[in-house]
Amino acid sequence: MSRIKEAFAGKKAFIPFITCGDPNLKVTEQIVLNAVKAGADLIELGIPFSDPTAEGPVIMEADERALNGGVTTNQIFELVRSLRKAVAIPLVFMTYANVVYSYGSEKFMKQASEAGIDGLILPDVPFEEKEEFRSVCHRYGIDLISMIAPTSEGRIARIAREAEGFLYIVSSLGVTGVRSAITSDIGGMVKIVRENTDVPCAVGFGISTPEQAAAMASLSDGAIVGSAIVKLIGQYGEAAAEPAAVFIRTMADAVHSL
Amino acid sequence: MTEHGRFGIHGGQYIPETLMNAVIELEDAYNRYKDDPEFNRELTDLFNQYAGRPSRLYYAKRMSEDLGGARIYLKREDLNHTGAHKINNVLGQALLAKKMGKTRLIAETGAGQHGVATATAAALFGMECVVFMGEEDTRRQALNVYKMKLLGAEVIPVTTGTATLKDAVSQAMREWTSRISDTHYCLGSVMGPHPFPTIVRDFQAVISKEIREQILEAEGKLPAAVIACVGGGSNAIGSFYHFIDDSEVKLIGCEAAGRGIDTFETAATINTGRLGIFHGMKSYFCQDAYGQIAPVYSISAGLDYPGIGPEHAYLHDIGRADYVPVTDEEAVEAFEYVSRTEGIIPAIESAHALAYAMKYAPTLSGDQSIVVTVSGRGDKDCVSVARYRGEEISE
Repeated sequence: MSRIKEAFAGKKAFIPFITCGDPNLKVTEQIVLNAVKAGADLIELGIPFSDPTAEGPVIMEADERALNGGVTTNQIFELVRSLRKAVAIPLVFMTYANVVYSYGSEKFMKQASEAGIDGLILPDVPFEEKEEFRSVCHRYGIDLISMIAPTSEGRIARIAREAEGFLYIVSSLGVTGVRSAITSDIGGMVKIVRENTDVPCAVGFGISTPEQAAAMASLSDGAIVGSAIVKLIGQYGEAAAEPAAVFIRTMADAVHSL
Repeated sequence: MTEHGRFGIHGGQYIPETLMNAVIELEDAYNRYKDDPEFNRELTDLFNQYAGRPSRLYYAKRMSEDLGGARIYLKREDLNHTGAHKINNVLGQALLAKKMGKTRLIAETGAGQHGVATATAAALFGMECVVFMGEEDTRRQALNVYKMKLLGAEVIPVTTGTATLKDAVSQAMREWTSRISDTHYCLGSVMGPHPFPTIVRDFQAVISKEIREQILEAEGKLPAAVIACVGGGSNAIGSFYHFIDDSEVKLIGCEAAGRGIDTFETAATINTGRLGIFHGMKSYFCQDAYGQIAPVYSISAGLDYPGIGPEHAYLHDIGRADYVPVTDEEAVEAFEYVSRTEGIIPAIESAHALAYAMKYAPTLSGDQSIVVTVSGRGDKDCVSVARYRGEEISE
């Protein structure tokens, strides 16, 4: 069984997102190790991009802080290699097409795979454009994770049928960031997913409280939380590892209590 | 153009899933209306009665005699309503948006010309309008900010990144993902995801359609070259389009080299960039070794963009068009020269094309002609050119 499949086996998954290099890679490493202890089932590692068009202000600013600190893709591969000595849960990269394409897709996947990466999320690569990346991912045993949005409607079945790893269900319109309420018909989207694939699906975008995380996970197979954690890291900076762990534990417990 | 919105390997639809149905809906609507006689009648009527088309092809006699060589014709897009070529695309997209039942237009703007044009069309069609503009550019182009507000638009300064055109595009895309059902993103150049590069080109192609008729009327034969400035590249592709199959007509795009292509303060994408994927398209981009988009620089807010439209990238790949760098200094000299010699104050963007034409015309013979597109008027640039020359003036 792949590490990603295992993460969803017999339980709801809690998936935190962390921007690599914010405030620096040493702190990122501590946060990831703490997140594993706090109950994370899978971790999304963000490779910062200069112009992240799918992100709200919180992750945008984290990307900026990380890049200003000089973090590079090569250093992030190094971080993953180091993490893999202690971390058994799946790790997936989330970044933008140009970070991969410009590095050289082949070279990128080879390095990522050797470092121990299980999957890749590219929010600016939709179904129609996925093949040029997916074919390379497959050569290196990496799942290219697809997204479904509230506007996907007739596209959901098609995307689900070709899904691998897990499906990322975008909870609402707009960019990443905290929302007071999620009004999309998540249940309706999950129903179409289930009819077309047995790949698990997790809901992300706008989840910031244990109640929201539990509600979204109860409708699907898991909850993804990014901005709320990244915001905390922004607040605490180099001292973020502890408060991030406390927050992640609260969220993970809420999801696992289902 | 090949399948799926590609120009060779360039183009495509690299956008979040949230926007996919919106661009598909746009493509369907465009395919439904582009050959519709009623739609085209309405658009032609707007072009002629409202925007003041056709724009003149003016023989620049004094420039031609002074420089020697080819006879220089200026395509006067600066004489359009709102003072630039941007209105051509905006009227087309606003009409299309109206047919699609959209009631709100959002746009990005660099120099402010596209923002003013969009605000103008929104006023004309009774639509709501929000324009995203880099904070840096709101300072450089304060007059255009005032005009947009006067026309009833909301102007949102963008403070992220370099606070210029690329950040305005990113923010407009983010806004579109949050509100799609009543909103059309009126993209201002031949860039972004398919179908925008095609739609914008088709609406701007009126420029070369007119040039062709006008130059044949004036000279009895095609020009030796068509020259236009290139940021994203909408006035250039509009000027080139109906000459692409005429291999004897050289097509020359003038990129903003800023302080020079051997410096970091440049925006010359073809000359200094490399292949990448950004803002919905595969094309050439100024970027670092890890694919982070580079901060770019030009005296011209309208050319201050780190990418280029995918069709230009393709014309470059196949060798059909040449893309040459023009520095701030050369553009400012042309701005001053054309003002003094022809009594025409060109936009600083257009001055990049004029600067190259000044070097190129003397290399040709007197029985040849060249056409230079004056994409916009230069009123908006007087303050920054004066500052460049060390003179502080206030409006």
